[in-house]
Amino acid sequence: MASAPDMVKIYLMGKQHEVPRGLTIQKATEYAGFRLLRGCGCRGGFCGACGTVYRVGSDYRLKVGLACQTVVQDQMYLAQIPFFPAVKAQYRVEDLPPTAETMISLYPEILRCVGCNTCRKVCPQELEVMRYIAAAQRGDIRKLADMSFDCLMCGLCASRCPAEIVQYNVAILGRRLYSRHVARFAAHLAARVQEIDAGGCDADLAAMVASDEATVRRLYDAREIEPEELVGGE
Amino acid sequence: MRLPYFPGCTLHSKAQNFDASARAAAGALDIFLDELPDWTCCGATFSMSADSAMGLAAPTRILASAKEAGKLLTLCSFCYNTLKRTNHVIKTDPERRAKVTNFIEQEYDGSVRTLHLLEVLRDEIGFEALAKRVGRKLKGLKVAPYYGCLLLRPAAELEFDDPERPTILENFLASLGCQVVDFPHKTECCGSFVAVSDRGAAVECSTRILETAATLGAEMLVVSCPLCQYNLDQCQAEIRASRTRFAGIPVVYFSQLLAVALGCEESCLHFEQHAVDPRPRLSAWLGQGAPAAVQA
Repeated sequence: MASAPDMVKIYLMGKQHEVPRGLTIQKATEYAGFRLLRGCGCRGGFCGACGTVYRVGSDYRLKVGLACQTVVQDQMYLAQIPFFPAVKAQYRVEDLPPTAETMISLYPEILRCVGCNTCRKVCPQELEVMRYIAAAQRGDIRKLADMSFDCLMCGLCASRCPAEIVQYNVAILGRRLYSRHVARFAAHLAARVQEIDAGGCDADLAAMVASDEATVRRLYDAREIEPEELVGGE
Repeated sequence: MRLPYFPGCTLHSKAQNFDASARAAAGALDIFLDELPDWTCCGATFSMSADSAMGLAAPTRILASAKEAGKLLTLCSFCYNTLKRTNHVIKTDPERRAKVTNFIEQEYDGSVRTLHLLEVLRDEIGFEALAKRVGRKLKGLKVAPYYGCLLLRPAAELEFDDPERPTILENFLASLGCQVVDFPHKTECCGSFVAVSDRGAAVECSTRILETAATLGAEMLVVSCPLCQYNLDQCQAEIRASRTRFAGIPVVYFSQLLAVALGCEESCLHFEQHAVDPRPRLSAWLGQGAPAAVQA
């Protein structure tokens, strides 16, 4: 006789449900009979759609996680945030200098930051959100881009910020400015593109198209992945 | 000597001349400014609300990050004022200390000493030793010391110098060989951030300071605060337009003069960032190396 699965009690939409231990929040929600129409995306911890806020039992601390990655706990009290109203500045990144003035003129609310660090505490990626906003304030675009790199734009930071900053939109502006104006241009890339445009790969391509499957497989397995030399790159 | 260093936002952006000249000048005196690896804005104005802990969170966190070294150096008068006054609250008000440290989830007891570079020059190097090192280099340069508000007040908390008759900048300037031009408005406000909401009022404050210093013979004004520097430097074109007897005087950071006196690499000075160019008056000392002999 199969043993009964170990079950835990979780609360969805305020109602208690018994779900098997070991499921992710997302799977547990579906186990309980819900069909997820919003707040569900890649299911792989990458898209930021399923940012979830929860508490566990009588512990006052708010906890966060991605529903597709976080495993259920007994007495988990769940609320998913599929979307939080955000403000997004309109801009053409080509026309913007990578400076503090740009950040402040497009997102003046970053100066309202009180340094409470709630954004960092609520980030499911454990990013140093407050610190990258500090970098934005002083125009350190490189630091802003570096520190916000793993942001999924789930919106949990914006939902909790007392200064009403939309941190993830500030960060993506920073990363765009970095790529467009700060990061050095990869010279080897430009050279390669020119080579291709001049027809340098045409013969090889034609030969591959004419080959049989076995030959193509052999060529694919033996391909060179890294460029020989990264000239002028970051 | 290595000191943990908190530059503050402005020294990283608008006032790079202050930061660069201070690092170079301090370095020439074997004082190395180790910028804190991770820092945020200090809030720039001490939070006077007695009920809220929010305004103390950022400065407390900054101070706590220097716990190990026990000291933290800063240059900007606003940062100095904010950090020092926050420290004072933490040390003297256990209830607010508990509230703040509980919120930021970090222990801090107020033990970090907040230092200004002028204090370090006075106490660790000594102005006499500095004078020997520099050898009256800037002889003939008439400089008026301008303190502004935040370096001196509230005196009981800052304990930086006498709030009515301070002498630290005068002694500093004398050690570089300058002729010190004392003037009555050296501790009065330049207009500060009122410049943002009522520029006219700020310009009035700055005008009094500049005209008096110039009338008494000052060729240059020395400051320690990026906002003072901004107000006093930027308004001069406006002043000259309406008051034709005012010729304009350059406003420089004390660290820039120190760097010139020590013969530091001129790229640290960034005089091109100034509205009133200090280079003509300092041309006798620019383009030279370090002073010749270090007297025993």
